[in-house]
Amino acid sequence: MRLWFLALVFSSLFVGFAMAEEVTIKIENFTFNPALVGVKPGTTVTWVNGDDIPHSVVENNKVFKSPPLDSGEKFSMVFTIAGEVNYFCGFHNHMTGKIIVQP
Amino acid sequence: MSAHHDYDDKKNGITRRHALECMVWAGTGVLWGMRAGVPVSLGMLGQAEAAKAAAGFTFMQISDSHIGFDKPANPHAIDTLKEAVGHIAALPQKPAFMLHTGDITHLSKPEQFDNAVQLIGQAGVDVHYVPGEHDIVDEATGKAYMDRFGQKAKGSGWYSFDQEGVHFVGLVNVANLKAGGLGFLGAEQLAWLDDDLKAIKDSTPVVVFAHIPLWSVYPEWGWGTDDAAQALILLKRFGSVTVLNGHIHQLMQKVEGNITFHTARSTAFPQPVPGTAPAPGPMKVDDDKLRGLLGIASITYNQGESTLAMTNTSLAEFK
Repeated sequence: MRLWFLALVFSSLFVGFAMAEEVTIKIENFTFNPALVGVKPGTTVTWVNGDDIPHSVVENNKVFKSPPLDSGEKFSMVFTIAGEVNYFCGFHNHMTGKIIVQP
Repeated sequence: MSAHHDYDDKKNGITRRHALECMVWAGTGVLWGMRAGVPVSLGMLGQAEAAKAAAGFTFMQISDSHIGFDKPANPHAIDTLKEAVGHIAALPQKPAFMLHTGDITHLSKPEQFDNAVQLIGQAGVDVHYVPGEHDIVDEATGKAYMDRFGQKAKGSGWYSFDQEGVHFVGLVNVANLKAGGLGFLGAEQLAWLDDDLKAIKDSTPVVVFAHIPLWSVYPEWGWGTDDAAQALILLKRFGSVTVLNGHIHQLMQKVEGNITFHTARSTAFPQPVPGTAPAPGPMKVDDDKLRGLLGIASITYNQGESTLAMTNTSLAEFK
């Protein structure tokens, strides 16, 4: 029983590790770069502000919203459900981006 | 929008004299546009001097103080605001009041507002604020803004007041921004504006102030307001309308019919002229050039004249 439990934990960790992909989106020159990203479910997406002005990441329907990201600051989200995520910058709303989550 | 005078004389009651005055302003606007950052033209100063003789009043505009900003474009934004306020406090004739057209702070932090308000208060005049997108970054800061500045305001901070025969309207075009759009006024605010203007006579000079330009300066950089046209329609019947904005951190001017649009310099940092850089944002210049690109505006209303006289003064000219 104990061995079975340990095996389950190990395999869960292994599967989690194997699927834990990470993607970085740079915010630079008032653009999300890349503006379109395709990821697998479970991927951690991190935005990094490289401009000298704050930006933010706001899902179009306000499902999630980052705090203001000053220069060099980061914000991460894990996307687990397949679908399209459209977002914009809460300071400069002409800046937009899209994440496509698909297995 | 265009810079052409496409109004109908009969419908708007605009005189030939007014049209010629508009053309004069349009001409100076072109001059300023080409010389962004260079001290104000002598012609403009001459008009302001002449204005002193007549009955009326003068008010100041400051903008984009970005208290909390400390990046290379100006690591001491609080000091340049201090210089601007010091200049206003030392004016031989006290202005009637001051307008702040938004981005009071850089990140909406309470201490940034405290510092800004305490410093700006040293000018010793009433200050009428409208928010920039840096002042209401989320619901909590939007509420904090209203708690601090919104006693006389509606919605997200819009209001109007009257001063010696001139109607002033402060609008908010940085709230409820939509993905992929520009500045936004919204239906509720437009309905309020319609109602607010109903009691105002066509002959009353109107001054509208808001953070993001109410004309399409450069939509590629987000420098415009999506539903500004609906506000401008409501203002079309007035003989004299002056629109004052900030946000773009540089002087620009445009005349459209009876409406004159101005954008103000920042007291914190300059931004590039549209299309001359990959993106907007803080522009680093040589230290000895910085104060020539920051500044304040003085606007004078003379009773009986349809246009307001504006003088833009850079911080470099204070010394």
